[in-house]
Amino acid sequence: MHCSESIVAKNVQITSDIFVIDVENPGLKINPGQFFMIKGWSGEPTLMRPISVFKADVRILSFMYRVVGKGTRLLSLMQEGDKLTVLGPCGNGYPVDEISGNVALVGGGVGIPPLCHTAKVLSGKGCRVDACLGYRNEVFAASDFEPYCNTVAISTEDGSSGYKGFVTDILQPENYDFILTCGPEVMMRSVVAKAAGSGAKVFCSLEHRMACGIGACLGCSIRTKKGMRRVCKEGPVFDSALLDW
Amino acid sequence: MTKKANLSTNICGIAFKNPVIAASGTFGFGEEYNELYDVSVLGGISSKGLTLHPKDGNEGIRVWETASGMMNSVGLQNPGIENFIKSGIPLMRRFDTVLIANMGGHSMDDYVTGAAMLSEADIDMLELNISCPNVKSGGMAFGVKADVAAEVVKAVRAVCRKPLVVKLSPNAENIVEMAQACERAGADALSLVNTFQAMAIDIHTRKPVFNNVYAGLSGAAIKPIALRMVHSVCKNVGIPVIGLGGVYIAEDVLEFMMAGAAAVQIGTVNFNNPFAGKTIVDNLFQLCEKEKIEDINSVRGCV
Repeated sequence: MHCSESIVAKNVQITSDIFVIDVENPGLKINPGQFFMIKGWSGEPTLMRPISVFKADVRILSFMYRVVGKGTRLLSLMQEGDKLTVLGPCGNGYPVDEISGNVALVGGGVGIPPLCHTAKVLSGKGCRVDACLGYRNEVFAASDFEPYCNTVAISTEDGSSGYKGFVTDILQPENYDFILTCGPEVMMRSVVAKAAGSGAKVFCSLEHRMACGIGACLGCSIRTKKGMRRVCKEGPVFDSALLDW
Repeated sequence: MTKKANLSTNICGIAFKNPVIAASGTFGFGEEYNELYDVSVLGGISSKGLTLHPKDGNEGIRVWETASGMMNSVGLQNPGIENFIKSGIPLMRRFDTVLIANMGGHSMDDYVTGAAMLSEADIDMLELNISCPNVKSGGMAFGVKADVAAEVVKAVRAVCRKPLVVKLSPNAENIVEMAQACERAGADALSLVNTFQAMAIDIHTRKPVFNNVYAGLSGAAIKPIALRMVHSVCKNVGIPVIGLGGVYIAEDVLEFMMAGAAAVQIGTVNFNNPFAGKTIVDNLFQLCEKEKIEDINSVRGCV
């Protein structure tokens, strides 16, 4: 576990409320689906914010986030040269070694960004990757998937881009060996339900309120079929068979 | 070169290298934070709150940020005392720091049986939590009424051969009477305060944020009230008091000690700054030098 202050390389606005902040990578290797606890302040707000890794290479760690409250608003005000505190990488991430063959990445909203680093790593190890990305209206990050994906399908709830409706409508689970999903719980439950009996193995990345981010406070524990698990430590990625859904 | 200030202190015959103790429930059994810094720099670690039997804790949202603090409703999720003795103690014993076992309960029998087990185990002190606001049918009831608390303390005292610290709730009807009742019942020391009962409402769902409706408030927001309670308890008991509630920086440690505390615990600040324990200890040396304090115990109770 690492914690340090990293220099902000850039912090840019993508849509009305989505931003991307790049910081210098302090030499960390990131498993797809892992996240960091980050903050750009000392003192208030009390808690660091769990944000998953959008892109990572030897130089840069990139986080894509939606401004939803005071913490993310403060993040959005950070500028090149400022110092972002990064604690991580936290959690397990997707089980990359286990994943092969045809893979669908199903993302919804701010669940989409972590699947981008996932696409890069999986395509790099020879998987055939399709992305199904669901938005309310404004599309973001879709073009970042293109270099790593066979197809990138988009859905919007208002029909302004791609298929009009939910991302689960455009997913054909029988085409895949693995489905990796991240987004609103209702969407992931729908993915799991649709994939049942298709032969595809589903891994879900869960979001949860958390305080410490490293497994100490038990603020993010969830009940699974094998007992309590910490989303920040044993998760955020869980085999859907383990989830009590 | 000036001599480093003496930060070591002694509570009930147990030597602490400094007065900074990690508070129960915020620090696990120390291993997670030990990945970030050597937690042996701390004066002590109070374990995650233990119960006789393993406990899954509460459903629903468990943590919620507030202005200058947070609320929690974890509900004492823990592996149970037997598993703690088997696996938790060996983990904690890797660290060169005072090992405090924090124990909660649901009934008098649970408290007594658990205390008897922990008393035989390799711990330095037992911290009796009579004050968890997040456990229904127990915990809290013991922390509100002085006569009920005294009964528990007396019963645990009878089976406990380790120094017994009783952790008090700020939700007690009268914190001074509570403290005095626990002292009379045989407590060797007190720690205060636990979290304040508080609540938050989701205006969209028109429901409480927490399944238990009420949760425990901690952090900087409660510090001035915690300090007042520590001060008034210290003026009215003869046993050592460990102060906690919004201790974030070295200056806070001195404030609590000047109010009469023999040591402090740090909780919520660990989430704000994962290096808080180490930072506070380091800064405490510098602060003492700056304030010309040679021995930190010399300021204890000066207010």
